[in-house]
Amino acid sequence: MSARTYAPNERDPAQQEAHFRYVLRLGDTSLVLGQRLGEWVGHAPALEEDLGLANLALDLIGQARLLLTYAGELEGRGRDEDALAFLRDAPEFANLTLAEQPNGDFGHTIVRQWLLDAWQLEIYEGLRVSADTRLGAIAAKAIKETRYHHRFSSGWLIRLGDGTQESHDRVQAALDSLWRFTAELFAADDVDERMKAAAIAPALTELAPRWSARIDEDLRAATLKRPAAQPYPWHGRRGVHTEHLGHMLTEMQHLQRTYPGVRW
Amino acid sequence: MSEDWPLYEVFIRSRSGLEHKHVGSLHAADARMAIEHARDVYTRRQEGVSIWVMRSADIIASDPEEADSLFEPARDKVYRHPTFYAIPEEVKNL
Repeated sequence: MSARTYAPNERDPAQQEAHFRYVLRLGDTSLVLGQRLGEWVGHAPALEEDLGLANLALDLIGQARLLLTYAGELEGRGRDEDALAFLRDAPEFANLTLAEQPNGDFGHTIVRQWLLDAWQLEIYEGLRVSADTRLGAIAAKAIKETRYHHRFSSGWLIRLGDGTQESHDRVQAALDSLWRFTAELFAADDVDERMKAAAIAPALTELAPRWSARIDEDLRAATLKRPAAQPYPWHGRRGVHTEHLGHMLTEMQHLQRTYPGVRW
Repeated sequence: MSEDWPLYEVFIRSRSGLEHKHVGSLHAADARMAIEHARDVYTRRQEGVSIWVMRSADIIASDPEEADSLFEPARDKVYRHPTFYAIPEEVKNL
């Protein structure tokens, strides 16, 4: 085994907690985004798009299952993927604030998806060489899905941005409205620093310029204007959410909350 | 929305198959979207490893009205099937 191989048991509790938080954040972001996309089922503008969005949702829920299962093991309190997904309240969720934003119109959903797809591309690419081989294996699976997600969302971004005046104005408005949540994507905190130091996670400062370059490239093709950077008061990763997450969880958790422990 | 989109025919090659087979059709705004839709609609259960799409409008089809003159003449020419040869005993597979 290489010297970089990570052995959870040898680490101190603070490190273990950071590891748990890190994996939880990834899992929650996939889960919340997947749930949002699931809301489109039966409502998408065309049958083909309905299936397309559902496919993305299922990929994301699949990622969430792997990540939350692992997070539960790291936490060591006996919580499995279902306990983490269905029995936590909003302040305990650690997803990126961008992921929980409501769907809006189709263009709005596409912009949110595309910003996060580009983010996941960098994160998963970096995690493939993680010292945490389990996280690396999850990332290796997820990166294939994410490449398709980005192909899908950037395709639509360009089609809508470079489409009619109406479609252009709508996606530009969506971009202007969602951009304020992007500063959180690469803002490293103590959890990120610890994970980077342990070679578990890639350095966010290195990923940010790559994400930014990809975003600019797609925006050029879509004839859209990149909004100015804004300071952000959003800290979804630390459990401080916009009011939208609570409403979403009410629906998502309804069954387990009403009939605790119910099974199919 | 999809009424505005042209129709595409979808052909999928399965993992074990040598040729692309017609599996259905779908609406898409352009060729790239047609491939993505085909992937999302027709390969969800690992049906294939390769996709072809083409505009349905580009297919040139035989006219059903002409079916009689096109296909009827072959009906009384059963000798075109290689089923009139005596197969020697020793030949196991033909």
